[in-house]
Amino acid sequence: MVDAKLVEDLAVDLLRLAAIELPSDVKGALEKARGQESSDIAKANLDAILENIRLAESMKRPVCQDTGLIVFFLNVGHDFGSVKGVPEAIAKGTKRATEEIPLRPNAVHPITRKNSGDNTGAYVPILNWSYVEGDYLEITAFPKGGGSENMTFFSMVKPGEGIAGIKKFVIDSVISSGGQPCPPTIIGVGVGGTADLAMKLAKKCLLRPIGQRHSDPEIAKLEEELLKAINSTGIGPMGLGGNITSLDVHVDYAHCHTASLPVAVNTQCWAARRATARIYKDGSVEILSHRR
Amino acid sequence: MEYRLRIPIPESDVRKLKIGDIVYVTGTMVTARDQAHRRALALHKEGKPIPIDLRGGVVFHCGPVVKKKDGGWEIVAAGPTTSTRMELFQAEFIEAFRPSIIVGKGGMGPRTAEAMKKFGAVYCDFTGGAAVLAAKAVESVRGVEWFELGIPEAMWILEVKDFGPLLVTIDSHGNSHHANVAKIVEENRPKIYSMLGITSK
Ligand code: SF4
Repeated sequence: MVDAKLVEDLAVDLLRLAAIELPSDVKGALEKARGQESSDIAKANLDAILENIRLAESMKRPVCQDTGLIVFFLNVGHDFGSVKGVPEAIAKGTKRATEEIPLRPNAVHPITRKNSGDNTGAYVPILNWSYVEGDYLEITAFPKGGGSENMTFFSMVKPGEGIAGIKKFVIDSVISSGGQPCPPTIIGVGVGGTADLAMKLAKKCLLRPIGQRHSDPEIAKLEEELLKAINSTGIGPMGLGGNITSLDVHVDYAHCHTASLPVAVNTQCWAARRATARIYKDGSVEILSHRR
Repeated sequence: MEYRLRIPIPESDVRKLKIGDIVYVTGTMVTARDQAHRRALALHKEGKPIPIDLRGGVVFHCGPVVKKKDGGWEIVAAGPTTSTRMELFQAEFIEAFRPSIIVGKGGMGPRTAEAMKKFGAVYCDFTGGAAVLAAKAVESVRGVEWFELGIPEAMWILEVKDFGPLLVTIDSHGNSHHANVAKIVEENRPKIYSMLGITSK
């Protein structure tokens, strides 16, 4: 059985890593974006972002004050063994991380708006479980900012509208978001399935590193086309005008009912925080997202 | 143009600011999000004072990350939050308390712009998420009010030095940089639709 203390400590470490240090693909994409901007305002905003990323790392502080609603993705290897106690350990780690890093307590009751004070609550931290081949438990901390999560859209597109209907929904969503999700963003698109699955795919897409295309060439082409279109809007960094509105677009799909075409859009901000590690059956731990 | 201003900022200085200008402010500034705006306006309606005089002041749409330090507080990270949520309150708030600069991200609506024109105030964007950069300008935390609203929603009273760069995006003459960008985006929309093979309906 997995050592609960090990999981708790790892949850704290992953939340710290995620909050303070952006993954290298994100940093690289932001630096590249800086080189592609021509207006003073766009450049100034990207300079502020890059300077902020450096300061966060050197001062060991969260890169953004909105340290997000706490979300984890867990891939359980079939040969890993029991995951009994893991949810409790992760909740404990979340509470500790809130104090130790510190994180901003963001979890509130949806109706009374009362803040729990420790980033936990009903269904929170949110745990997304999958099962994979292997003898490890892979944990990704994915704290999700409110400003970008608010820019989430869903539509039951008419199947007859086909791929043009999907594209229109995505581009209209990005345009209506404007500067609100702190562009340059990453856009996750889930197509097909049921409504809930489409949304889940859209979010899960955001875990994929920037620049990595979908394995299906048709979907990869759609991603590239959408990215080019989004970066022709002129929205730019922070919605203040410019060439780079999104760093990437990731699409995933599921088969769906012949009568429907669900499309979900989930937005990630430039502070695209994620940190991943594996715990192997023998108790060893490997950090995958950040070089250590 | 670049300006370095001291809080409280007289209306004559605010009226000089134009969209595209860069501003750095020094002095006492407060944070306020939805709930602090709501509370301040409720008190005002009852004829009661709020904890700090905001005339000529700077209001920052921000819920910071804070840490207890030597019996006081330290601001760890403090970037702006999305300002449109405060659109519900901002015009009335400006009329009631007469701040000179509202700082946030993403811009605000026509009601706020109208109040800014009428009462002499501007809206500035601070780069969203640039929280450590913002926190670096905070010299000390003078106090916190309405703490029971929770850390993000409480009103934090901060002493700042050269807080910025703040980009003026709504001025007191009816100009909005956000509206200008939105116009460009709208002009681009048909071109993008045709790029993607969308026959716009
Ligand atoms: S949208 Fe992202 S970068 Fe912007 S304030 Fe929220 S968490 Fe921070």
